[in-house]
Amino acid sequence: MRRLSYRQALREAFDEELARDPMVMLMGEEVAQYNGAYKVTEGLWTKWGDKRVMDTPISEAGFIGMGVGASMLGVRPVMELMFWSFYTVAWDQIINNAGMVRYMSGGLINCPIVIRGPANSGTNVGATHSHTPESVIAQFPGMKCVVPATAYDAKGLMKAAIRDNDPVMFMENTLLYGEEWDVPDNSELPGGELVIPLGVADIKREGSDLTLVCHGRAVLTCLKAAEILQNEHGISAEVVDLRSIRPLDEETIFNSVRKTHRLICVDENKPFGSIGSQIAAMVQQHCFDDLDAPVLRVNSLDAPAFYSPPIEKIQNPTPEVVVARALEIC
Amino acid sequence: MSAPITSKPVKHADAAINKSLSVEKKRALYRDLCRIRRFEQISLKYYNAGKMGGFLHLYIGQEAVAVGCVSLMGENDHIITAYRDHGHALAVGMDMNACMAELFGKRTGCSKGKGGSMHYFAPDKNYWGGHGIVAGQTPLGTGLAFGLKYKGLKGAAMAFLGDGAVNQGSFHESLNLAALFELPIVFIIENNGYSMGTSQKRSSAYPSCLAERAVGYGMAWKQLNGEDLYEVRAGVHDALERARNEHKPMLLEISTYRYQGHSVADANKFKYRTKEEVERYEREHDPVGIFKAHLLRDGTLDEAAATAIDQAAITEAEAAAQFATQSAFPEPAEIFDDVYWEVDQKTESGQTGRHFFND
Amino acid sequence: MPKLIKMPKLSDTMTEGTLVKWLVKEGESVDIGRSVADIETDKATMEMQTFDAGIVHKLLLKEGSKVALGAGVAVILDKGETAPADLAAFVKANEDVAPAPAAAPATKSVSGSSDARRAASTGAILPTAPAPRSRAVSSNGVRVKASPLARKIAVELGVELSRVTGSGPGGRIIRADVEAAPTGGAGSPQAARPSQTIRPVAGPDDQRIPLTGMRNIIAERLFASKTQIPHFYLQMEIDAAPLMSFRANINEQSQKTSGNKYTVNDFIIKAVVRAATAVPAVNSSFDGDSIIQFKHVNLNVAIALPEGLVTPVIKAAETKTVMEISQAVKDLATRAKNKKLSPDEFTGGTITVSNLGASGIDHFAAIINPPQAAIISVGSIRQTPVVNDKKEIVVGQRMWLGLSGDHRVVDGAVGAQFLGEMKKLLENPALMLV
Repeated sequence: MRRLSYRQALREAFDEELARDPMVMLMGEEVAQYNGAYKVTEGLWTKWGDKRVMDTPISEAGFIGMGVGASMLGVRPVMELMFWSFYTVAWDQIINNAGMVRYMSGGLINCPIVIRGPANSGTNVGATHSHTPESVIAQFPGMKCVVPATAYDAKGLMKAAIRDNDPVMFMENTLLYGEEWDVPDNSELPGGELVIPLGVADIKREGSDLTLVCHGRAVLTCLKAAEILQNEHGISAEVVDLRSIRPLDEETIFNSVRKTHRLICVDENKPFGSIGSQIAAMVQQHCFDDLDAPVLRVNSLDAPAFYSPPIEKIQNPTPEVVVARALEIC
Repeated sequence: MSAPITSKPVKHADAAINKSLSVEKKRALYRDLCRIRRFEQISLKYYNAGKMGGFLHLYIGQEAVAVGCVSLMGENDHIITAYRDHGHALAVGMDMNACMAELFGKRTGCSKGKGGSMHYFAPDKNYWGGHGIVAGQTPLGTGLAFGLKYKGLKGAAMAFLGDGAVNQGSFHESLNLAALFELPIVFIIENNGYSMGTSQKRSSAYPSCLAERAVGYGMAWKQLNGEDLYEVRAGVHDALERARNEHKPMLLEISTYRYQGHSVADANKFKYRTKEEVERYEREHDPVGIFKAHLLRDGTLDEAAATAIDQAAITEAEAAAQFATQSAFPEPAEIFDDVYWEVDQKTESGQTGRHFFND
Repeated sequence: MPKLIKMPKLSDTMTEGTLVKWLVKEGESVDIGRSVADIETDKATMEMQTFDAGIVHKLLLKEGSKVALGAGVAVILDKGETAPADLAAFVKANEDVAPAPAAAPATKSVSGSSDARRAASTGAILPTAPAPRSRAVSSNGVRVKASPLARKIAVELGVELSRVTGSGPGGRIIRADVEAAPTGGAGSPQAARPSQTIRPVAGPDDQRIPLTGMRNIIAERLFASKTQIPHFYLQMEIDAAPLMSFRANINEQSQKTSGNKYTVNDFIIKAVVRAATAVPAVNSSFDGDSIIQFKHVNLNVAIALPEGLVTPVIKAAETKTVMEISQAVKDLATRAKNKKLSPDEFTGGTITVSNLGASGIDHFAAIINPPQAAIISVGSIRQTPVVNDKKEIVVGQRMWLGLSGDHRVVDGAVGAQFLGEMKKLLENPALMLV
């Protein structure tokens, strides 16, 4: 199978969706002529031109709101936030307009938009550029939230997100853009294309003693931790990649916990109200009698992102920390 | 481009766009003014009677702006406004019963009781709300214009905002984007002089008027007097034509006046302005009275016909209140409707994964 | 038609208002929108408008009075209209104490099981959100539903959870269920017992004796033990002569001092306790995916009563001297006969001794007292020809010790080590005193 980087996989998804539906268009800061700040949209402006791939000024509230407004008329904008961290300046447009307008209109309006961009810390860019807002977004019914960990998932989920008729917040990761994964060519796929429905988790590694629920880059952390646990401690950890935060595939989580009886939620959110907090609440309710140990969480350490590279490195979950926590309950 | 388009010294009633109005159309405009005025008064009555929750921002005194602008809308023209949205809603032809029932929080309301006073929508009538956050609607309006241009449709968007909204960043970002991308949009500041309880002079820095800020974006601008429906129509028509034909945005500032407080709960409405000021506007600048005078003068109406139209509006508004009173409240089960399109439509996507997280 | 002007809602939070000042007089003509009074709300003093035109007929409130939202404040008549004959009745009929736009449904108090309570409380009051389509049925398997606290207590008390019926939500075993299971056994034997497949045939002359609670528990626990625990059996003959002479010697001395009379069994128990300390693998329990090795030796002593067998516990027996053990056994036996033992004196055992020596049994294989890993069976001491060190046949005193072990926990060699330890102690009884 061919290898594709995470960014190439996203680019392929955009290219295919631009070809499929003339209402799909990309906009954002530096996405067109500059080829994307992280080269995710490289070559697409040359291929599709000004109308379909459009540069915007640094004006997040303005252009995100503009995209939301256009979507009410049937345009399907895929809008890039150069960093998801900049959601703060477009918050009213994202939440009150994209997120609430359907409800407040009694279902008369829907906003088929995608807002995408990297949402991660760990790149030494300071606290303002290091937010992971998926837990904040997931607070708002009306929004959907997707966080792929692999190139395969990034392509398949992006195509599903673009086709979805609700606002989808799509969170990428600058540390993953260059990672290569197996991604089948369309000719190798039964349906001729790769579309992964939102709301379906993926078991990235099977195990029997412990479940690690994670998403985004924490999936890679957990896969490494699972390897250490197996090799050095004889503990078999199952790695459940949520892929989609909202909608959420609770069944895969519950089934895994019912098999392993132990759960650690690992994500790069800050702990208070993290995705792991929600999962822990659901698991203690629905799998109470399946648990052999308290549910643990491993999150980004609870302070704003540290700039200093060696310190920031340990601020996020590491395989070693996941292993240590696992040994507490296994 | 940065200079204002100056009004020609003509009587606005004689502008081509007004001259061409049929008798029927002129009566319809007067009827729209009366329907808004009476709807708002009856709304207040039932608000005072405790039939409604929350806030109620009344449009009384500003009617000619919405009616004048909406009367110019063609098939591909769209509007969006802020929270003082009843006038625009009735002007585009939304059902008065549904509008009143929304205030009462009933399931027969235009938003099924989910939006309330500030959140009226009628996409089928090119009316996109009804938005509660000050100036939050201006990027959406810009997006409507963007959508029109993207789809290759000849039309324009009108984005209404109050004078209190002009200091919000999203408004300025909208002006920049509209000018930069040459979008067919007319931004309309309905300047009633007060951003809640703060007068224009105490809230905004500006050269000669608020609209002149457009100069900073290389955008055309103009001031209009909103008490005269004919003037509104004449001025806005030019701006719309320019937007539709040349994809050039424009910023209009239409002076107007609200007789009521900022909202019904505006306890200090006579503290930041005098009672005499309000009474002077009611007496000398009332848009309903001024348009009525036009029609009496040109013979479109006589007193009896005008009274009949007004009386019909009162009757209609009272009937709407009865309709709202008799309508049922929404069912609790409706809480989860209209959150996600995919769930409402029961699509594959809408049934995959948990969308709602009640324990 | 006469119109009643009522106390208006002038703010989103107002519930009552004070009429500060009338701005109209009785007999005055008013239009729609005319301010008729100043009203003080929770926020400020505001003007109150009339929504009806006409003649002010009656001002119902004195300035300064405070009334609820919707209460009548004035009556307006059309021009030329006559006032209602009974004005007070008209006001009363038209007043409107405004209900809240949407009152929250009242919370019903419900009783019954917690499942029923939950279903009743949320099902009746709150709507249900659309749920995702289920993609797979998960197997909840054979896992026992028990709260973490119940599991913890069950381990402490030696209760086997699979045999306890839960009374919590969804049949969950909760703390109370475990504590109510008396001798570490079944809370509800009828419910927990596997069905008996081979039934006896009783004729008219046969007597049917209902099971006593004690017999029920014995049936339950020993059925479970024999069917669920893979037993193995070891037997070892020891020389009882040193013990017999040691005991005789001790009793002789004791009669002069404490007066305590030591039985053979007291020394056997002491030997079991010492052996259990020396070979702790036997002082253990199997727990599904792990083995629990107990810190203390809590020794069950089997005591036969007319109604059946009871096995009270000597707790932390490793801390006790032979004399303390001797007194404890006597005390337990006396109180068992008088039914004075408390439930907690039956729970928490880690190993059991059953001595049928007094009943003339030479040796036997006992059934393990679950969830323990071993039971020690002790036969009678009898005189028998033995070959001594000098290869002579002499009269010796011999006794059989047996160990029934749970092979999941204890292997044969470990069991043999245990019996070997007992043999060493009983053949050199002085070792038990140091």
